[in-house]
Amino acid sequence: MIKKILSGSWIGIVLLFMYSPILILAVYSFMDTPVIGGTGSFSLQNYITLFTSEELMDMIIGTLTLALQCAVISTILGTLGAIGAFYSKKGMRGFVSTSNQIPVVNADVVTGFSICVLMIVVFGVNKDSFIPLITGHVVLATPFVYLSVMPKLKQMDHNLYEAALDLGASARQALMKITIPQIMPGIVSGFLLAVTLSLDDYFVTTYTKPATFNTISTYVVNATKGSNTELKTALWALSTLIFVIILLVVLVSNISASRKEGGEENVKNEI
Amino acid sequence: MRYSFSRKQLCIPYAAFLVCFVIAPLIVIFYYAFTNGEGRFSIQNLINFFTSSNTVGTLFYSILISVTTTVVCLLVAYPVAYILARSNIKRKAILLAIFVVPMWINFTLRILALKEVLSVIEGNLAYHPFLNTIIGMTYDYLPFMILPLYTTLMKLDNQLLEAAYDLGANKMEVFTRVTLPLSLPGIVSGVTMVFLPAMTNYVILDMLYNNTFIMGSLIGSYFNAYDWHGGSMISIVLLFIVFIITWATKGFTEKEPEKEAIL
Repeated sequence: MIKKILSGSWIGIVLLFMYSPILILAVYSFMDTPVIGGTGSFSLQNYITLFTSEELMDMIIGTLTLALQCAVISTILGTLGAIGAFYSKKGMRGFVSTSNQIPVVNADVVTGFSICVLMIVVFGVNKDSFIPLITGHVVLATPFVYLSVMPKLKQMDHNLYEAALDLGASARQALMKITIPQIMPGIVSGFLLAVTLSLDDYFVTTYTKPATFNTISTYVVNATKGSNTELKTALWALSTLIFVIILLVVLVSNISASRKEGGEENVKNEI
Repeated sequence: MRYSFSRKQLCIPYAAFLVCFVIAPLIVIFYYAFTNGEGRFSIQNLINFFTSSNTVGTLFYSILISVTTTVVCLLVAYPVAYILARSNIKRKAILLAIFVVPMWINFTLRILALKEVLSVIEGNLAYHPFLNTIIGMTYDYLPFMILPLYTTLMKLDNQLLEAAYDLGANKMEVFTRVTLPLSLPGIVSGVTMVFLPAMTNYVILDMLYNNTFIMGSLIGSYFNAYDWHGGSMISIVLLFIVFIITWATKGFTEKEPEKEAIL
Protein backbone atom coordinates (compact mmCIF):
# COMPACT_ATOMS: atom_id res chain seq x y z
CA MET A 1 0.00 0.00 0.00
CA ILE A 2 2.73 2.43 1.04
CA LYS A 3 4.64 1.41 -2.06
CA LYS A 4 1.68 2.29 -4.21
CA ILE A 5 1.29 5.72 -2.62
CA LEU A 6 5.00 6.40 -2.95
CA SER A 7 5.18 5.42 -6.61
CA GLY A 8 1.97 7.27 -7.36
CA SER A 9 3.26 10.45 -5.79
CA TRP A 10 6.60 10.22 -7.61
CA ILE A 11 4.75 9.98 -10.92
CA GLY A 12 2.64 12.94 -9.80
CA ILE A 13 5.62 15.08 -8.80
CA VAL A 14 7.45 14.46 -12.06
CA LEU A 15 4.34 15.18 -14.11
CA LEU A 16 3.84 18.36 -12.11
CA PHE A 17 7.43 19.41 -12.86
CA MET A 18 7.00 18.67 -16.55
CA TYR A 19 3.61 20.22 -17.03
CA SER A 20 3.17 23.06 -14.57
CA PRO A 21 5.21 25.61 -16.58
CA ILE A 22 3.27 24.85 -19.76
CA LEU A 23 -0.07 24.90 -17.96
CA ILE A 24 0.63 28.09 -16.02
CA LEU A 25 1.67 29.74 -19.25
CA ALA A 26 -1.54 28.45 -20.84
CA VAL A 27 -3.65 30.07 -18.10
CA TYR A 28 -1.83 33.39 -18.41
CA SER A 29 -2.10 33.31 -22.20
CA PHE A 30 -5.83 34.00 -21.63
CA MET A 31 -5.23 37.04 -19.43
CA ASP A 32 -4.33 40.62 -20.11
CA THR A 33 -1.39 40.79 -17.72
CA PRO A 34 2.14 40.72 -19.13
CA VAL A 35 3.61 39.19 -15.93
CA ILE A 36 3.15 35.66 -14.67
CA GLY A 37 1.77 35.85 -11.13
CA GLY A 38 0.14 39.18 -11.79
CA THR A 39 -3.60 39.67 -11.66
CA GLY A 40 -5.62 40.35 -14.74
CA SER A 41 -8.91 39.62 -16.35
CA PHE A 42 -9.82 37.21 -19.10
CA SER A 43 -8.74 38.34 -22.54
CA LEU A 44 -8.13 36.82 -25.94
CA GLN A 45 -5.76 39.62 -26.89
CA ASN A 46 -2.71 37.33 -27.08
CA TYR A 47 -4.46 35.06 -29.56
CA ILE A 48 -5.65 38.00 -31.60
CA THR A 49 -2.11 39.39 -31.70
CA LEU A 50 -0.78 35.98 -32.67
CA PHE A 51 -3.05 35.70 -35.68
CA THR A 52 -3.01 39.33 -36.78
CA SER A 53 0.62 40.29 -36.31
CA GLU A 54 2.27 40.00 -39.70
CA GLU A 55 5.66 39.40 -38.11
CA LEU A 56 4.41 36.42 -36.09
CA MET A 57 2.33 34.92 -38.90
CA ASP A 58 5.25 35.18 -41.35
CA MET A 59 7.49 33.48 -38.84
CA ILE A 60 5.03 30.64 -38.15
CA ILE A 61 4.22 30.03 -41.81
CA GLY A 62 7.91 30.21 -42.67
CA THR A 63 8.74 27.63 -40.01
CA LEU A 64 6.00 25.26 -41.18
CA THR A 65 6.87 25.62 -44.87
CA LEU A 66 10.52 24.96 -44.15
CA ALA A 67 9.68 21.91 -42.03
CA LEU A 68 7.40 20.40 -44.69
CA GLN A 69 9.80 21.03 -47.55
CA CYS A 70 12.70 19.54 -45.64
CA ALA A 71 10.63 16.58 -44.50
CA VAL A 72 9.58 15.78 -48.09
CA ILE A 73 13.18 15.93 -49.33
CA SER A 74 14.45 13.94 -46.33
CA THR A 75 11.80 11.29 -46.71
CA ILE A 76 12.53 10.69 -50.39
CA LEU A 77 16.29 10.75 -49.89
CA GLY A 78 16.24 8.60 -46.75
CA THR A 79 13.76 6.03 -48.08
CA LEU A 80 15.62 5.53 -51.36
CA GLY A 81 18.88 5.48 -49.43
CA ALA A 82 17.61 2.79 -47.08
CA ILE A 83 16.24 0.60 -49.90
CA GLY A 84 19.44 1.02 -51.88
CA ALA A 85 21.71 0.37 -48.92
CA PHE A 86 19.69 -2.67 -47.90
CA TYR A 87 20.32 -4.40 -51.25
CA SER A 88 23.88 -3.11 -51.70
CA LYS A 89 27.08 -4.98 -51.11
CA LYS A 90 28.64 -4.86 -47.69
CA GLY A 91 31.07 -2.02 -48.39
CA MET A 92 28.47 0.41 -49.67
CA ARG A 93 25.98 -0.52 -46.96
CA GLY A 94 28.62 -0.08 -44.29
CA PHE A 95 29.58 3.32 -45.64
CA VAL A 96 26.00 4.59 -45.81
CA SER A 97 24.94 3.28 -42.41
CA THR A 98 28.10 4.57 -40.71
CA SER A 99 27.94 8.05 -42.23
CA ASN A 100 24.23 8.05 -41.50
CA GLN A 101 25.06 7.75 -37.78
CA ILE A 102 27.29 10.84 -37.81
CA PRO A 103 24.54 13.52 -37.68
CA VAL A 104 22.61 11.34 -35.21
CA VAL A 105 25.35 11.19 -32.59
CA ASN A 106 26.99 14.51 -33.38
CA ALA A 107 26.08 17.69 -31.50
CA ASP A 108 23.68 19.85 -33.53
CA VAL A 109 25.96 22.84 -32.93
CA VAL A 110 28.78 21.06 -34.71
CA THR A 111 26.54 19.86 -37.55
CA GLY A 112 25.23 23.38 -38.10
CA PHE A 113 28.62 25.06 -37.79
CA SER A 114 30.35 22.62 -40.15
CA ILE A 115 27.67 23.01 -42.83
CA CYS A 116 27.93 26.77 -42.44
CA VAL A 117 31.72 26.68 -42.88
CA LEU A 118 31.52 24.38 -45.91
CA MET A 119 28.71 26.08 -47.80
CA ILE A 120 28.92 29.70 -46.79
CA VAL A 121 32.59 30.21 -46.02
CA VAL A 122 34.26 27.83 -48.47
CA PHE A 123 31.81 27.81 -51.38
CA GLY A 124 30.31 31.24 -50.78
CA VAL A 125 26.69 30.10 -51.17
CA ASN A 126 24.39 33.02 -50.47
CA LYS A 127 22.56 32.53 -47.15
CA ASP A 128 19.54 34.36 -48.50
CA SER A 129 18.99 31.61 -51.07
CA PHE A 130 17.78 29.32 -48.26
CA ILE A 131 19.94 26.56 -49.78
CA PRO A 132 22.25 26.23 -46.72
CA LEU A 133 19.25 26.27 -44.38
CA ILE A 134 17.33 23.57 -46.27
CA THR A 135 20.48 21.48 -46.68
CA GLY A 136 21.16 21.75 -42.96
CA HIS A 137 17.69 20.61 -42.00
CA VAL A 138 17.82 17.74 -44.50
CA VAL A 139 21.15 16.61 -43.03
CA LEU A 140 19.56 16.70 -39.59
CA ALA A 141 16.40 14.77 -40.50
CA THR A 142 17.32 12.25 -43.22
CA PRO A 143 19.31 9.91 -40.92
CA PHE A 144 16.18 9.44 -38.81
CA VAL A 145 14.09 8.63 -41.89
CA TYR A 146 16.73 6.09 -42.88
CA LEU A 147 16.65 4.58 -39.38
CA SER A 148 12.84 4.37 -39.41
CA VAL A 149 12.67 2.69 -42.81
CA MET A 150 15.51 0.19 -42.29
CA PRO A 151 13.75 -2.06 -39.71
CA LYS A 152 10.67 -2.29 -41.98
CA LEU A 153 12.88 -3.45 -44.85
CA LYS A 154 14.35 -6.12 -42.63
CA GLN A 155 10.87 -7.36 -41.68
CA MET A 156 9.32 -7.39 -45.14
CA ASP A 157 8.76 -10.43 -47.30
CA HIS A 158 11.37 -10.29 -50.05
CA ASN A 159 9.88 -13.09 -52.12
CA LEU A 160 7.03 -10.81 -53.15
CA TYR A 161 9.39 -8.55 -55.06
CA GLU A 162 10.89 -11.49 -56.93
CA ALA A 163 7.40 -12.82 -57.60
CA ALA A 164 6.35 -9.48 -59.06
CA LEU A 165 9.37 -9.50 -61.39
CA ASP A 166 8.60 -13.09 -62.43
CA LEU A 167 5.05 -12.06 -63.20
CA GLY A 168 6.35 -9.46 -65.61
CA ALA A 169 6.51 -6.27 -63.54
CA SER A 170 9.36 -3.88 -64.29
CA ALA A 171 11.78 -3.01 -61.51
CA ARG A 172 10.07 0.33 -61.11
CA GLN A 173 6.59 -1.22 -60.87
CA ALA A 174 7.76 -3.79 -58.37
CA LEU A 175 9.35 -1.06 -56.28
CA MET A 176 6.29 1.19 -56.33
CA LYS A 177 3.66 -1.54 -55.89
CA ILE A 178 5.42 -4.04 -53.65
CA THR A 179 8.34 -2.56 -51.71
CA ILE A 180 7.02 0.92 -50.94
CA PRO A 181 3.60 -0.22 -49.61
CA GLN A 182 5.26 -2.75 -47.34
CA ILE A 183 7.60 -0.22 -45.74
CA MET A 184 4.97 2.55 -45.63
CA PRO A 185 4.66 2.67 -41.80
CA GLY A 186 8.40 3.33 -41.58
CA ILE A 187 8.21 6.03 -44.23
CA VAL A 188 5.31 7.76 -42.46
CA SER A 189 6.97 7.75 -39.06
CA GLY A 190 10.21 8.92 -40.68
CA PHE A 191 8.34 11.80 -42.30
CA LEU A 192 6.72 12.86 -39.01
CA LEU A 193 10.06 12.60 -37.26
CA ALA A 194 11.63 14.80 -39.94
CA VAL A 195 8.90 17.42 -39.48
CA THR A 196 9.36 17.57 -35.71
CA LEU A 197 13.16 17.61 -35.91
CA SER A 198 13.01 20.54 -38.27
CA LEU A 199 10.43 22.38 -36.12
CA ASP A 200 12.49 21.83 -32.99
CA ASP A 201 15.86 22.81 -34.39
CA TYR A 202 17.64 25.93 -33.22
CA PHE A 203 21.35 25.36 -33.84
CA VAL A 204 21.47 24.34 -37.49
CA THR A 205 18.98 27.10 -38.27
CA THR A 206 20.89 29.83 -36.54
CA TYR A 207 24.15 29.06 -38.41
CA THR A 208 22.62 28.72 -41.86
CA LYS A 209 19.52 30.94 -42.03
CA PRO A 210 19.14 34.16 -44.01
CA ALA A 211 19.59 37.16 -41.71
CA THR A 212 15.97 38.30 -41.89
CA PHE A 213 14.32 34.88 -41.71
CA ASN A 214 13.29 33.42 -38.36
CA THR A 215 11.91 30.07 -37.30
CA ILE A 216 9.92 29.65 -34.09
CA SER A 217 13.10 28.67 -32.22
CA THR A 218 15.26 31.58 -33.30
CA TYR A 219 12.34 33.98 -32.91
CA VAL A 220 11.64 32.89 -29.33
CA VAL A 221 15.29 33.17 -28.35
CA ASN A 222 15.50 36.69 -29.81
CA ALA A 223 12.18 37.70 -28.27
CA THR A 224 13.31 36.77 -24.76
CA LYS A 225 16.17 39.22 -25.20
CA GLY A 226 14.01 41.96 -26.68
CA SER A 227 11.53 44.19 -24.93
CA ASN A 228 8.37 43.97 -27.04
CA THR A 229 5.93 42.68 -24.40
CA GLU A 230 2.99 42.46 -26.75
CA LEU A 231 4.70 40.00 -29.06
CA LYS A 232 6.30 38.23 -26.11
CA THR A 233 2.99 37.38 -24.48
CA ALA A 234 1.60 36.34 -27.88
CA LEU A 235 4.25 33.61 -27.74
CA TRP A 236 2.47 32.25 -24.67
CA ALA A 237 -0.56 31.77 -26.87
CA LEU A 238 1.57 30.08 -29.51
CA SER A 239 3.06 27.73 -26.94
CA THR A 240 -0.40 26.84 -25.65
CA LEU A 241 -1.74 26.17 -29.15
CA ILE A 242 1.20 23.92 -30.05
CA PHE A 243 0.84 22.07 -26.75
CA VAL A 244 -2.87 21.40 -27.31
CA ILE A 245 -2.34 20.27 -30.91
CA ILE A 246 0.48 17.86 -29.99
CA LEU A 247 -1.37 16.50 -26.96
CA LEU A 248 -4.43 15.79 -29.12
CA VAL A 249 -2.43 14.14 -31.89
CA VAL A 250 -0.49 11.90 -29.51
CA LEU A 251 -3.49 10.91 -27.41
CA VAL A 252 -5.76 10.26 -30.39
CA SER A 253 -3.14 8.17 -32.18
CA ASN A 254 -2.49 6.20 -29.00
CA ILE A 255 -6.13 5.58 -28.28
CA SER A 256 -6.91 4.60 -31.85
CA ALA A 257 -3.89 2.30 -31.85
CA SER A 258 -5.06 0.55 -28.69
CA ARG A 259 -8.62 0.28 -30.07
CA LYS A 260 -7.44 -1.07 -33.37
CA GLU A 261 -5.19 -3.66 -31.83
CA GLY A 262 -7.91 -4.59 -29.40
CA GLY A 263 -5.97 -4.62 -26.18
CA GLU A 264 -3.18 -3.41 -24.00
CA GLU A 265 -0.69 -6.09 -24.88
CA ASN A 266 -0.26 -5.04 -28.48
CA VAL A 267 0.23 -1.40 -27.64
CA LYS A 268 2.99 -2.44 -25.33
CA ASN A 269 4.81 -4.13 -28.16
CA GLU A 270 4.39 -1.19 -30.41
CA ILE A 271 6.01 1.12 -27.92
CA MET B 1 14.28 -0.17 -74.70
CA ARG B 2 13.14 0.84 -71.27
CA TYR B 3 15.61 1.89 -68.70
CA SER B 4 15.81 -0.66 -65.93
CA PHE B 5 17.58 -0.12 -62.67
CA SER B 6 18.75 -2.34 -59.91
CA ARG B 7 17.63 -1.59 -56.39
CA LYS B 8 21.06 -0.94 -55.04
CA GLN B 9 21.44 2.05 -57.36
CA LEU B 10 18.75 3.77 -55.32
CA CYS B 11 21.22 4.62 -52.61
CA ILE B 12 23.46 6.61 -54.95
CA PRO B 13 21.71 9.95 -54.28
CA TYR B 14 21.85 9.49 -50.53
CA ALA B 15 25.43 8.25 -50.59
CA ALA B 16 26.41 11.30 -52.66
CA PHE B 17 24.49 13.55 -50.28
CA LEU B 18 26.28 12.04 -47.29
CA VAL B 19 29.66 12.59 -48.94
CA CYS B 20 28.86 16.21 -49.82
CA PHE B 21 27.07 17.37 -46.69
CA VAL B 22 28.15 15.08 -43.86
CA ILE B 23 31.69 13.94 -44.68
CA ALA B 24 32.87 17.05 -46.54
CA PRO B 25 31.89 19.50 -43.76
CA LEU B 26 33.87 17.42 -41.27
CA ILE B 27 36.92 17.46 -43.54
CA VAL B 28 36.55 21.22 -43.91
CA ILE B 29 36.41 21.86 -40.18
CA PHE B 30 39.46 19.62 -39.72
CA TYR B 31 41.23 21.77 -42.29
CA TYR B 32 40.16 25.00 -40.60
CA ALA B 33 41.05 23.74 -37.14
CA PHE B 34 44.60 22.94 -38.16
CA THR B 35 45.39 25.96 -40.29
CA ASN B 36 45.91 29.60 -39.43
CA GLY B 37 44.51 32.71 -41.09
CA GLU B 38 47.08 32.48 -43.91
CA GLY B 39 46.08 28.93 -44.77
CA ARG B 40 49.26 27.33 -43.43
CA PHE B 41 49.27 24.20 -41.30
CA SER B 42 49.32 25.12 -37.65
CA ILE B 43 48.50 23.52 -34.35
CA GLN B 44 48.24 26.95 -32.76
CA ASN B 45 44.45 26.62 -32.36
CA LEU B 46 44.89 23.37 -30.49
CA ILE B 47 47.58 24.87 -28.26
CA ASN B 48 45.43 27.94 -27.66
CA PHE B 49 42.53 25.76 -26.64
CA PHE B 50 44.47 23.83 -24.04
CA THR B 51 46.56 26.70 -22.69
CA SER B 52 43.84 29.30 -22.30
CA SER B 53 42.28 29.08 -18.86
CA ASN B 54 39.12 30.40 -20.46
CA THR B 55 38.52 27.51 -22.83
CA VAL B 56 39.73 24.81 -20.45
CA GLY B 57 37.49 26.28 -17.77
CA THR B 58 34.61 26.18 -20.25
CA LEU B 59 35.34 22.54 -21.00
CA PHE B 60 35.24 21.66 -17.31
CA TYR B 61 32.12 23.72 -16.69
CA SER B 62 30.39 21.96 -19.62
CA ILE B 63 31.37 18.57 -18.25
CA LEU B 64 30.11 19.58 -14.81
CA ILE B 65 26.76 20.66 -16.30
CA SER B 66 26.49 17.50 -18.41
CA VAL B 67 27.38 15.10 -15.64
CA THR B 68 25.02 16.75 -13.16
CA THR B 69 22.18 16.89 -15.69
CA THR B 70 22.69 13.26 -16.68
CA VAL B 71 22.75 12.06 -13.07
CA VAL B 72 19.68 14.11 -12.11
CA CYS B 73 17.79 12.91 -15.20
CA LEU B 74 18.70 9.31 -14.45
CA LEU B 75 17.64 9.56 -10.80
CA VAL B 76 14.33 11.17 -11.73
CA ALA B 77 13.62 9.03 -14.80
CA TYR B 78 14.55 5.57 -13.53
CA PRO B 79 11.80 5.34 -10.90
CA VAL B 80 9.29 6.77 -13.39
CA ALA B 81 10.22 4.24 -16.09
CA TYR B 82 10.32 1.43 -13.54
CA ILE B 83 6.91 2.27 -12.09
CA LEU B 84 5.36 2.63 -15.54
CA ALA B 85 6.90 -0.54 -16.92
CA ARG B 86 6.32 -2.82 -13.93
CA SER B 87 2.91 -1.68 -12.76
CA ASN B 88 -0.26 -3.28 -14.04
CA ILE B 89 -2.25 -0.10 -14.50
CA LYS B 90 -4.46 -0.17 -17.54
CA ARG B 91 -3.58 1.98 -20.51
CA LYS B 92 -0.03 2.61 -19.39
CA ALA B 93 0.81 3.34 -23.01
CA ILE B 94 -1.20 6.52 -22.66
CA LEU B 95 0.51 7.39 -19.39
CA LEU B 96 3.86 6.95 -21.10
CA ALA B 97 2.66 9.10 -23.98
CA ILE B 98 1.88 11.86 -21.48
CA PHE B 99 5.46 11.66 -20.23
CA VAL B 100 6.95 11.98 -23.69
CA VAL B 101 4.58 14.58 -25.18
CA PRO B 102 6.86 17.48 -24.13
CA MET B 103 9.56 16.02 -26.37
CA TRP B 104 7.50 17.03 -29.40
CA ILE B 105 7.03 20.66 -28.32
CA ASN B 106 9.59 23.16 -29.51
CA PHE B 107 12.23 23.32 -26.77
CA THR B 108 12.61 27.10 -26.83
CA LEU B 109 8.90 27.50 -26.07
CA ARG B 110 9.16 25.05 -23.18
CA ILE B 111 12.20 26.80 -21.74
CA LEU B 112 10.34 30.10 -22.14
CA ALA B 113 7.52 28.69 -20.00
CA LEU B 114 9.99 27.36 -17.43
CA LYS B 115 11.77 30.70 -17.33
CA GLU B 116 8.58 32.62 -16.60
CA VAL B 117 7.67 30.25 -13.77
CA LEU B 118 11.19 30.19 -12.29
CA SER B 119 11.36 33.99 -12.29
CA VAL B 120 8.18 34.12 -10.21
CA ILE B 121 9.53 31.56 -7.73
CA GLU B 122 13.07 32.92 -7.44
CA GLY B 123 12.46 36.61 -8.06
CA ASN B 124 15.72 37.07 -9.93
CA LEU B 125 17.08 34.26 -12.07
CA ALA B 126 20.60 35.62 -11.92
CA TYR B 127 21.07 34.47 -8.31
CA HIS B 128 21.11 30.75 -9.07
CA PRO B 129 22.62 30.33 -12.54
CA PHE B 130 23.93 26.80 -12.03
CA LEU B 131 20.77 25.49 -10.36
CA ASN B 132 18.56 27.04 -13.02
CA THR B 133 20.66 25.55 -15.80
CA ILE B 134 20.36 22.07 -14.29
CA ILE B 135 16.60 22.51 -13.86
CA GLY B 136 16.31 23.73 -17.45
CA MET B 137 18.40 20.89 -18.89
CA THR B 138 16.51 18.29 -16.84
CA TYR B 139 13.22 19.81 -17.93
CA ASP B 140 14.28 19.62 -21.56
CA TYR B 141 15.91 16.18 -21.63
CA LEU B 142 13.90 14.13 -19.11
CA PRO B 143 11.66 12.46 -21.78
CA PHE B 144 14.78 11.36 -23.66
CA MET B 145 15.86 9.49 -20.54
CA ILE B 146 12.47 8.03 -19.63
CA LEU B 147 11.75 6.52 -23.06
CA PRO B 148 14.80 4.23 -23.49
CA LEU B 149 14.63 3.18 -19.83
CA TYR B 150 10.96 2.29 -20.21
CA THR B 151 11.65 0.33 -23.41
CA THR B 152 14.32 -1.86 -21.79
CA LEU B 153 12.39 -2.33 -18.55
CA MET B 154 9.34 -3.46 -20.55
CA LYS B 155 11.42 -6.19 -22.17
CA LEU B 156 12.58 -7.47 -18.80
CA ASP B 157 11.63 -11.12 -18.46
CA ASN B 158 9.44 -11.64 -15.39
CA GLN B 159 10.58 -15.25 -15.10
CA LEU B 160 14.12 -14.09 -14.38
CA LEU B 161 12.87 -12.04 -11.44
CA GLU B 162 10.77 -14.94 -10.17
CA ALA B 163 13.75 -17.25 -10.50
CA ALA B 164 15.86 -14.83 -8.44
CA TYR B 165 13.18 -14.74 -5.73
CA ASP B 166 12.91 -18.55 -5.77
CA LEU B 167 16.64 -18.80 -5.31
CA GLY B 168 16.31 -16.76 -2.14
CA ALA B 169 17.20 -13.23 -3.19
CA ASN B 170 15.46 -10.42 -1.36
CA LYS B 171 13.92 -7.42 -3.12
CA MET B 172 17.07 -5.33 -2.90
CA GLU B 173 19.23 -8.09 -4.32
CA VAL B 174 16.82 -8.78 -7.15
CA PHE B 175 16.96 -5.11 -8.08
CA THR B 176 20.72 -4.64 -7.87
CA ARG B 177 21.70 -8.00 -9.35
CA VAL B 178 18.97 -8.66 -11.92
CA THR B 179 16.88 -5.62 -12.82
CA LEU B 180 19.63 -3.00 -12.81
CA PRO B 181 22.18 -4.97 -14.88
CA LEU B 182 19.51 -5.95 -17.39
CA SER B 183 18.39 -2.35 -17.80
CA LEU B 184 21.95 -1.23 -18.54
CA PRO B 185 21.32 -0.87 -22.32
CA GLY B 186 18.49 1.55 -21.55
CA ILE B 187 20.64 3.50 -19.11
CA VAL B 188 23.47 3.75 -21.62
CA SER B 189 21.20 4.85 -24.42
CA GLY B 190 19.50 7.43 -22.18
CA VAL B 191 22.85 8.76 -20.99
CA THR B 192 24.15 9.18 -24.54
CA MET B 193 20.98 11.04 -25.48
CA VAL B 194 21.32 13.49 -22.60
CA PHE B 195 25.04 13.92 -22.03
CA LEU B 196 26.17 15.49 -25.28
CA PRO B 197 23.22 17.86 -25.83
CA ALA B 198 23.62 19.05 -22.23
CA MET B 199 27.19 19.98 -23.07
CA THR B 200 26.30 22.03 -26.11
CA ASN B 201 22.79 23.43 -25.72
CA TYR B 202 23.79 26.97 -24.80
CA VAL B 203 20.35 28.36 -25.63
CA ILE B 204 19.06 27.01 -22.32
CA LEU B 205 21.78 28.92 -20.46
CA ASP B 206 21.13 32.07 -22.48
CA MET B 207 17.41 32.00 -21.87
CA LEU B 208 17.84 31.38 -18.14
CA TYR B 209 20.38 34.20 -17.78
CA ASN B 210 23.40 32.03 -17.05
CA ASN B 211 26.29 34.01 -18.52
CA THR B 212 28.89 31.30 -18.08
CA PHE B 213 29.99 29.68 -21.33
CA ILE B 214 29.66 26.03 -22.21
CA MET B 215 31.25 24.36 -25.24
CA GLY B 216 28.32 25.25 -27.49
CA SER B 217 28.49 28.93 -26.52
CA LEU B 218 32.15 29.00 -27.60
CA ILE B 219 31.17 27.90 -31.11
CA GLY B 220 28.40 30.51 -31.08
CA SER B 221 30.78 33.29 -30.12
CA TYR B 222 33.43 32.28 -32.68
CA PHE B 223 30.64 32.18 -35.28
CA ASN B 224 29.58 35.72 -34.34
CA ALA B 225 33.20 36.86 -34.57
CA TYR B 226 33.68 35.14 -37.98
CA ASP B 227 36.56 33.15 -36.48
CA TRP B 228 36.15 29.91 -38.43
CA HIS B 229 39.48 28.51 -37.25
CA GLY B 230 38.64 28.85 -33.55
CA GLY B 231 35.11 27.54 -34.02
CA SER B 232 36.40 24.54 -35.96
CA MET B 233 38.83 23.70 -33.18
CA ILE B 234 35.97 23.62 -30.65
CA SER B 235 34.00 21.43 -33.06
CA ILE B 236 36.94 19.04 -33.28
CA VAL B 237 37.10 18.82 -29.48
CA LEU B 238 33.35 18.07 -29.39
CA LEU B 239 33.72 15.49 -32.18
CA PHE B 240 36.44 13.84 -30.15
CA ILE B 241 34.11 13.66 -27.14
CA VAL B 242 31.37 12.18 -29.36
CA PHE B 243 33.87 9.63 -30.61
CA ILE B 244 34.87 8.67 -27.07
CA ILE B 245 31.23 8.27 -26.01
CA THR B 246 30.35 6.21 -29.10
CA TRP B 247 33.38 4.02 -28.62
CA ALA B 248 32.74 3.53 -24.91
CA THR B 249 29.09 2.62 -25.36
CA LYS B 250 29.64 0.38 -28.39
CA GLY B 251 27.78 -2.88 -27.96
CA PHE B 252 25.31 -1.41 -25.49
CA THR B 253 23.21 0.88 -27.61
CA GLU B 254 20.32 -0.27 -29.69
CA LYS B 255 20.47 1.32 -33.06
CA GLU B 256 16.82 2.19 -33.53
CA PRO B 257 16.05 5.86 -33.01
CA GLU B 258 14.26 6.32 -29.72
CA LYS B 259 11.96 9.04 -30.94
CA GLU B 260 10.54 6.71 -33.56
CA ALA B 261 9.25 4.37 -30.90
CA ILE B 262 6.38 6.56 -29.83
CA LEU B 263 4.85 7.07 -33.25
